[in-house]
Amino acid sequence: MADVLERVTKIIVDRLGVEESQVNLEASFKDDLGADSLDVVELVMELEDEFSMEISDDDAEKIGTVGDAVNYINGKM
Amino acid sequence: MKLHGKAVLVTGASRGIGREIALELAREGADIAVNYSGSEQRAIETAEEIKRMGRQAIVVKADVSDASDVEKMVKDTIQAFGKLDILVNNAGITRDNLLMRMKESDWDDVMNINLKGVFLCTKAVTRQMMKQRSGRIINISSIVGVMGNAGQANYVAAKAGVIGLTKTAAKELASRGITVNAIAPGFITTDMTDKLPDEVKEGMLKTIPLARLGEPSDIAKTVLFLASEDSRYITGQTLHVDGGMVM
Ligand SMILES: NC(=O)c1ccc[n+]([C@@H]2O[C@H](COP(=O)([O-])OP(=O)(O)OC[C@H]3O[C@@H](n4cnc5c(N)ncnc54)[C@H](OP(=O)(O)O)[C@@H]3O)[C@@H](O)[C@H]2O)c1
Repeated sequence: MADVLERVTKIIVDRLGVEESQVNLEASFKDDLGADSLDVVELVMELEDEFSMEISDDDAEKIGTVGDAVNYINGKM
Repeated sequence: MKLHGKAVLVTGASRGIGREIALELAREGADIAVNYSGSEQRAIETAEEIKRMGRQAIVVKADVSDASDVEKMVKDTIQAFGKLDILVNNAGITRDNLLMRMKESDWDDVMNINLKGVFLCTKAVTRQMMKQRSGRIINISSIVGVMGNAGQANYVAAKAGVIGLTKTAAKELASRGITVNAIAPGFITTDMTDKLPDEVKEGMLKTIPLARLGEPSDIAKTVLFLASEDSRYITGQTLHVDGGMVM
């Protein structure tokens, strides 16, 4: 769990240029981390690469917070 | 050379305008994925000609209206060249008839290949281009998509749709360094127009201020411009390459 969160956090920090301290499970990509829709699409693409998995468009649309992403990835691993 | 080392996918590059586009971009140094749906031999010939110029070429069979074909085509292209810089959505068909005589299947076929095909190919390449933070998408619409044309309700609707899709994709992708533009050719001599009756061709000629039909190379040169650095500040536009038919 911690490992997934760490890896996800690193991608978010790199991609969105936010501080690590801002990234917590409740944080919403759009509302709290300043991402626009295209940023979220790109984040999902990077998560797919990082964790070597395919995230369908339907599933991707449900990912709104850091916790959603971490839970989704944990559920698939 | 304006496109040295660029990786390009041209749909419908076996014949006509698409073939000329593929050759023109290769002459400027690009490697080309030559897509076709039925004319395998013609596609191979296009690819051979590109290889003779010292560029890389692959031949990819795909029906642009089929999502899984399109995904595989894009994957194969990226695998062959290691990247994808330029997509030219050129594949297209006509199924002309008066509205009253037009079959639903004629409507659907033209919409699926000429409009949905552009959507599917654009969607399939965006991932790679977004990652690269650069890309060029060039859509071949038609001047009739701007002015309407009796006997082509399906084709005109699809080609007008391509112009709207071009503007929207341009807005969505601009922040990632990807430009999206369209070309609206007038009357160009290819298999598509050869089959029209002579009186129709003569009638067309009267509507063209530059008083000649266009050649595939007239379109290919414009594609080269939109694919090159020279057009880097242009996006969401439709260039009319029609001898002045529409002003
Ligand atoms: N000629 C004109 O006056 C004119 C004017 C305005 C716009 N345009 C547009 O320019 C583009 C090229 O036209 P053209 O005159 O060169 O036509 P063309 O000579 O009939 O060639 C059409 C090309 O599209 C390919 N194609 C057809 N259906 C396809 C499919 N489902 N999937 C993949 N490829 C497919 C064909 O490949 P296969 O043979 O392998 O199937 C062929 O390479 C079209 O979009 C057309 O609408 C042409």
